[in-house]
Amino acid sequence: MHEPYEEVVTENGVHFHFVPTEKFKTISFTAKFKAPLEQETVTQRALLPYVLQQGTQSYPNRRVLQTKLDRLYGAVLSINSTKKGNHHIVTIRLETANQKFISHESDIIDEAVALFREIIYEPNQEHNAFPQMVVSREKDTLRQKINAATDDKMLFANMRLIDEMCHDERYKLHIHGYEDDIERITAENLYTYYRSMLQNDRLDIYVAGDMNSKALKAKMLPAFQRDDCFEPKKVIRDTEKYPDQPNIVIEKQQIQQAKLHFGYRTHVTFGDEDYAALQVFNGLLGGFPSSKLFINVREKNSLAYYAASKFESHKGLLFIFGGIAPQDYEHARDIMKEQVHAMKKGEFTEEEMTNTKDLIVNQLLETMDNSLGMMELLYQQVAGEITLSPEALIDGIKHVKKDEVIQVANKLDLDTIYLLTSQEGDTDG
Amino acid sequence: MDKMVYDQIGETVYKEKLENGLTVSLLPKSEMAKTYSIFSTNFGSIDQTFVPINGTKRITVPEGVAHFLEHKMFEKEDRDVFADFGKQGASPNAYTSFTKTAYLFSATGQIEKNIETLLDFVQNPYFSDESVEKEKGIIAQEIEMYNDQPDWQSFMGTLRALFHHHPVKIDIAGTVDSISTITKDDLYTCYNTFYHPENMTLFIAGNFDEQRLINLIRRNQASKNFAQLKTIKRDYPDEPAAAAKQENKMTMPVSVPKCTVGIKESSFELSGDEFLKKDLLQDMIVDFYFSKGGSFYQQLYEQQLIDASFCFETTLEKNFGYTFIGGNTRDPDQFVQTVRELLISTRHTVFSPEQIDRMKKKKIGQLLKAMNSLEFIANSYIHYETAGANLFDIIPFIQTLTGEDFNHYVQNWIDDERIAVCKIMKE
Repeated sequence: MHEPYEEVVTENGVHFHFVPTEKFKTISFTAKFKAPLEQETVTQRALLPYVLQQGTQSYPNRRVLQTKLDRLYGAVLSINSTKKGNHHIVTIRLETANQKFISHESDIIDEAVALFREIIYEPNQEHNAFPQMVVSREKDTLRQKINAATDDKMLFANMRLIDEMCHDERYKLHIHGYEDDIERITAENLYTYYRSMLQNDRLDIYVAGDMNSKALKAKMLPAFQRDDCFEPKKVIRDTEKYPDQPNIVIEKQQIQQAKLHFGYRTHVTFGDEDYAALQVFNGLLGGFPSSKLFINVREKNSLAYYAASKFESHKGLLFIFGGIAPQDYEHARDIMKEQVHAMKKGEFTEEEMTNTKDLIVNQLLETMDNSLGMMELLYQQVAGEITLSPEALIDGIKHVKKDEVIQVANKLDLDTIYLLTSQEGDTDG
Repeated sequence: MDKMVYDQIGETVYKEKLENGLTVSLLPKSEMAKTYSIFSTNFGSIDQTFVPINGTKRITVPEGVAHFLEHKMFEKEDRDVFADFGKQGASPNAYTSFTKTAYLFSATGQIEKNIETLLDFVQNPYFSDESVEKEKGIIAQEIEMYNDQPDWQSFMGTLRALFHHHPVKIDIAGTVDSISTITKDDLYTCYNTFYHPENMTLFIAGNFDEQRLINLIRRNQASKNFAQLKTIKRDYPDEPAAAAKQENKMTMPVSVPKCTVGIKESSFELSGDEFLKKDLLQDMIVDFYFSKGGSFYQQLYEQQLIDASFCFETTLEKNFGYTFIGGNTRDPDQFVQTVRELLISTRHTVFSPEQIDRMKKKKIGQLLKAMNSLEFIANSYIHYETAGANLFDIIPFIQTLTGEDFNHYVQNWIDDERIAVCKIMKE
C-alpha cells in the first residue's frame, strides 16, 4: 500500500528516523530520550524541560531564544517529559515553516538544524552548572505545576486511581515529580544529570516534512553525535498482578460532579499477539460514541455527560471513567461493570466488530495525517522495543476475530474502583 | 464550480453556490488519508432575538437553544445518527460557538456515503416532547461540569465584566434554569429559520474527487424542498464601547488564584479588509507583547506574577471582539495592576522595522503550521468567509501591511474604559 513511513539510520549512538511526507507545510525535528522511570531521577527529568527552554550558549535567556524562534517564522520549541509504561521519555521538539511555501526564502532548514542542535548540546551553562537563577525559578514553576494537579478533576481522579492501583510499582511515579525531591536539586547536580542523560539514554531523532531526505541526512548526521553507542536497555516488565478483590477507594472534595474511575489489568502490552484484539475490545467497550459505555451510561440512562475507556499500551492497564451526579454512584457503577461483563460474555455483534475496526483504522490513519501524531505512533515501536509499523498495526486490527476479543476481555482483572465525590455525596453501601 | 488556485501555498479551492442557496467549497488534498467535512450554520448562542422565517414579529428564545438544538439533531425517530456514521467508519462531531453551529465528520473511507449522511441528518430534524425532556438531564450534567472548571468560569466571568448587553456574555450552553424552559417548538422555530441552506455552508477538505463530490451534493440538494428565505432579521442590543464593570470576583476550590484581564476590542460590525486588518494586527500585537519572549511576558515572569498556565487569546467576530490575558497567579491584585500599566504604556509605541518584520514572519509561520490541519483550514475558511475575507489571501495580505499600519493600531489600541478583570480566589 504505502512506501514505509520512515527510514531509520543508526550512527554514532543516535537513531535517526527520516520521515518524508507531503502532508505538512512544516518541518519538524524531534529528539526523544528514553530511560527507566526511577524515583531518584523522576523529578530531575520533570524539571529539565523547563530549564532547557530558558536558553542556550548563543541565546542565553528565554527572551533572546524566543526572538530567534520568532524570526525563524515562528518556529515552535516544545520540551516535555512523559511516561510510557515503565519508561520516562524526555522529548525536545522544534517545528518550523517549510521554506518551500514562502517566496524568496531558503535558509530556514539550515538555521533550524543548527538551532535544534544547540538547544540539545549547548544549553546555557557556566562551570558545568545551569544558571542558578533559572534553576531556582523553574523549581517554583514545577512546584506550582505539582500543586495545580488537583485542579482538573478528571486528571486528578486518574492520578489518584493509579496511586492506589500501582502503589508498589514504578508506574505509580508522578510524571511532574515530587516537591520533596525538588529541594535536593541544585544547578550543578541537574547539569551533571543532563550530561549523563545525553550520553546514556536511548536517543531517537525524527525529522518529518516535505523535503529531500538525502540532503537532510547530510545535514543531520554530522550534527548529532555522541561518544559510544550504548546497548539500549530492554523493556522493563513487571511481575503480573492478578487481584482477586477490587480495592474500592472513595474520596470527597468540594465538587458538583463526581468522577468514577475503574482500573483494570489487561495483561496485554504493545506488540503482544493479542494487542490488536485489545484495541478492538477497547473500541467496543468505550473508545467511541458508539461504544457500550457511552450508549448505556449516557444515552440510555442519562447518568453521565461522559463515559469512556482507554488503555495504557506499555504497562497493560485499562481505565474506565465517567462524570456522574454524586447520588448516582451505585447505579452508574453497576451499569459500567455490566458493560465489561457483557464483553466477557461476547455480547456484541459481528457488525459492531466491523464498525469498530473501521473506526480504529480510521483513527490510526488520521493520526498519521498529523505531524505530532505520526511521530508518536512511530515512536511506540521504540517505547515497546518491537518493530510493529503503523501498516502492520492496521493490518492486525483488520484481522481480529470475535473469539479473540472475548479472550482478551476475559483476561481483564478489575483492580481498583476510585470515586471522587462531593462532600454531601451519598456513598453508603 | 469556480476553481481558485493559490500557488504559493499549494492549495486549490472549488466553490459553488447552489440553487437553494447553499455555499459549497471543496479543497482536495490527495496526500492526506482523511477527509474532513463540516456543515455549518450561521447561528450561534448570540442569535437569540430574531424574526422567524414566515413570521413577522421579533421573538427571543431561551438561553442555550442553539446548543440544545445541536444535541438534538443527532437523534432521529428510530435511531441515533452517531451510529450511522460509526457504521460507515466515520467519526462525527458537532459544536456550538457564539456565532456558529457546526456538524462535522472525519473519515478515511466511504466519503460520499458519509457526506450524504451529513447533509441528510442535518436537513431532517426530528424533535419530540419526550426526547427534549430527556436531553435536559444530559445538558444539565454538561453545564455542571463546566461550572466546576475554573478556567471556563474565568473565561465567562471576564466576558460578563466586559459586555453590558451583548449576548456573548451568556454561557453558550445556557443555564440549568434556562434550558428547563426549552420546548420542541422553540427548536423547530430556530431550526426552520437558521438551518435554511441560504444560511449554511458546506466545506470539505481531504482525499476525494471534487467532480464526483459536487455532482453528488447537487443531486442531494436538488431532491429537497426549502421555503424561500430572504435575509434573516437578527437583533443585537446596542453595546457601549466601554466595559460593563471593572471587576468580577468569585471563589472556587482552586490551589492557586486565577486572574484574567480582558480588553473589549470591538462592539460593532466589521467586514472584508477592515475586518482582516484588525483581526491580524490585534493578533500579532498581543502576541508580540505577551508571548514567551515578549517584553510584557518577560516583566510578568520576572515579577513572578505568572506561571506555566499563563495564556492569552484574542478573538474577533463580526460584531464583537475581545482579548484575554491571564492564568494562575499568587497575587491577582498585583497582576492586574502590572498588566494594566503595561497595556496603557503601548500608546506611545513606535515599532522598529526589525520588530515589524519579525511579527509578520512569525504570523506567516504560525499560519503555515496551522494549515497542517484540515480542521483548521475548514473552520478558518468558514470563519473568514462569514466576515467577507479569504483564508488563503491572508499570507499575501500580511506581507502588504506597513509599519504605519502597526504603529497606528498600537497607539490607538488601549483605552482604560475597555478593560475589565475577573478574579477566581481560593475558597
